[in-house]
Amino acid sequence: MTRPELLRVEGITKAYPGVVANSDVTFSIGEGEIHALLGENGAGKSTMVKMIYGLVRPDSGQMTLRGQAYQPSKPAEARRLGVAMVFQHFSLFEALNVAENVALGMENPPPMRELAAKIRAVSEEYGLPLDPSRMVGDLSAGERQRVEIIRCLLQDPKLLIMDEPTSVLTPQEVEILFKTLRQLSSEGTAILYISHKLEEIKSLCDEATILRRGKVVATCTPRERTAREMAELMVGQALKTPERRLGAKGEVALGVSDLSVESPIPFGTSLKGVSFTVAKGEVLGIAGVAGNGQDELLLALSGELRASADKVRIAGQPVGDRGPVERRRAGLVAAPEDRYGHSAAPDMSLVENAFLTAGVRKGLTKNGFVDWAGTRKFAEEIIAAYDVRTPGPDVAARALSGGNLQKFLMGRELMQGASVIVINQPTWGVDAAAAAQIRQSILDRAGEGAAVVVISQDLDELLEVADTFAVLNEGRLTKPRPTEGLTMDEIGLMMGGAHGMEVAHHVA
Amino acid sequence: MDIGGINPVILIATLMASAVPILLAALGETVVERSGVLNLGVEGMMIIGALGGFVVAVETGSPVIGFFGGAAAGALLSLIFAALTQVFLANQVATGLALTLFGLGVSSLGGQGYNGIKPPPTEQLLPDALADLPVVGPILFGHDWVVYFSILMTAVLWWVLKATRVGLIIRAVGESHEAAHALGYKVNRIRLMCIAFGGAMAGMGGAYVSLARVPQWVDGITAGAGWIALAIVVFASWKPWRVLIGAYLFGGITVLQLNLQVAGSGIPVEYLSMAPYLITILVLVIMSAGRKGKANGAPASLGQNFHASR
Repeated sequence: MTRPELLRVEGITKAYPGVVANSDVTFSIGEGEIHALLGENGAGKSTMVKMIYGLVRPDSGQMTLRGQAYQPSKPAEARRLGVAMVFQHFSLFEALNVAENVALGMENPPPMRELAAKIRAVSEEYGLPLDPSRMVGDLSAGERQRVEIIRCLLQDPKLLIMDEPTSVLTPQEVEILFKTLRQLSSEGTAILYISHKLEEIKSLCDEATILRRGKVVATCTPRERTAREMAELMVGQALKTPERRLGAKGEVALGVSDLSVESPIPFGTSLKGVSFTVAKGEVLGIAGVAGNGQDELLLALSGELRASADKVRIAGQPVGDRGPVERRRAGLVAAPEDRYGHSAAPDMSLVENAFLTAGVRKGLTKNGFVDWAGTRKFAEEIIAAYDVRTPGPDVAARALSGGNLQKFLMGRELMQGASVIVINQPTWGVDAAAAAQIRQSILDRAGEGAAVVVISQDLDELLEVADTFAVLNEGRLTKPRPTEGLTMDEIGLMMGGAHGMEVAHHVA
Repeated sequence: MDIGGINPVILIATLMASAVPILLAALGETVVERSGVLNLGVEGMMIIGALGGFVVAVETGSPVIGFFGGAAAGALLSLIFAALTQVFLANQVATGLALTLFGLGVSSLGGQGYNGIKPPPTEQLLPDALADLPVVGPILFGHDWVVYFSILMTAVLWWVLKATRVGLIIRAVGESHEAAHALGYKVNRIRLMCIAFGGAMAGMGGAYVSLARVPQWVDGITAGAGWIALAIVVFASWKPWRVLIGAYLFGGITVLQLNLQVAGSGIPVEYLSMAPYLITILVLVIMSAGRKGKANGAPASLGQNFHASR
């Protein structure tokens, strides 16, 4: 199965101050080939594709597109030559409608009315129905991705770059996406697919290039390898699966009944009648596509959003109307998703950040003054226990890489001896080794008798750590079910199936 | 047809002229804020425009060239703001406030020697035959060219922001600079141009104060009009036609309260003088009330600096 070569990347090197993002990277993609670019966070995948898309210039090396030297100086040039890209964090504008968003990504967009008709036509053709006049802020994550894909397809690309496209989709939406991608591939469009989800790559991709620390460490045909082999190539070491310590489930530690709160976030989702209980030693996993009320649920549990007193109970004590400090005192700690700004103050040092949430429970104040010695000791304990790579506890939180900061923040909450722990996206953007470590410590805390609520979009993660499983869908929580014996199909249905598929049909 | 000693036709005709400085400045600031930049230096740019326009008009003897001089002066001052915030990434709020203080100071210095001079007059645009028509004459035909220009600009900006690609790009940059950058738009360059446009509009508004409204040069001549313009932009939900309504409302009540003072109403002067500010804000608050979050139209990136890292 030899294909004519479309893009060849040869000896590309790109260095940033203090870090080499790509070093002597070489690979090639044939026409119509679905090529995977695999690697951990920080392995240089994103930098590599940004160079192909003209957002970043390589320091050395060359690229050829269909035998011609290819050196895009800006994305517009890349688009003109037939290279299109779907971003990991969507490059969409919430307050603009679908057609306007599409027009912004095109070189010479036709008048709006024509464009709207074209969007309808192309979206139907590829099974991705979309209403051009809807506001992007009102769309689900899957629909937003369709906007991006259609924006690319309208320009008739020869190479479509997709940066972690499935991280926000339900299993059914992933199926639809894969169908579209296979259709594109059969029509001769090559796809450069970035991901670290190995099962997906096995089912979708023809070839794979594996990057580790900016270097190509292997190329392989994913269908012929096991997921574990590829994972170990990515990480460069054998992987440990977290093990569950079975503790006896105790009495109810956290009870939430009929909790409804307005979302304070623009385009947010309000919670509607959420009820669940978590027992001591139990891990409740809450799945759901981003934007279905996860952030709001965390706010409502941490105390940033208040309800009436009896809606939230910690060990039987009503705290629904209490703020975060009082809830911490009562035994509940919470770790929000956004590391830079919500769970940490980015410009403050690790010591100061340690004090910010642990001050209450660890007794780090004396007569109204901060006990800096004690706080520093606590920060150093976290750094040691969670293997946080940092020059010391006095560096600013911002200076740590995402994964390292996440380890620190997880440690900060998990080491406070709380009886209830709520975490949103514990391993988002964290590499596989660190993620395994964080999951292990969540299980350890549960083994010691803490009740844990893990909100995550990573289904594999939830299946690994959770005892019971529920799904947030448009602000409503499904009835929690035991994780054991759940199939992917059942989970998909709990998640609302192919989210929003019908909506576009209705309007059309 | 006078009501309480006030002629409504004259009132409307006068309010249209008296609203021009605020309208022009607020329209400019609307574009600036739509692109995601909060420039609090409107007052400073207006007064520099007032001085620049006055000086150019006096020296050249042409009020029209004067207005363009005012626009140039405002744009020039705004480029200081643009350089500080877009190139050196200084805080926009602090820089904008500093720009106002700077503008007030520089205009006071530069205006020495221009006190008490009369500028060349800005004449009514259309022939008297039209302007003398009853009722519609003074309201529709009795103005100088800047009044028509300000209304034209409202329409043009509305159309540009709503229906053109340039407008779409400006809105996109103000909505999410990250996304705009990822698509390959030069965020800071687009913002820089919007800031310069806003400066020119504010400068022209200022020039209208010193060349047509007062018309002479006095220290602090703009008297807080820039701040009202800023408030109007917000309460008008960043929409040009609402900006026009806000500016006319403010202009109308200003003229009305002056007339009431002259007519010798029983209301104390202090209350009358504060009335335009209070009522304008109140009405605009009511207009924009009840539309929370996404519907109020605030550009999502407003006031945030953008730096393209990686």
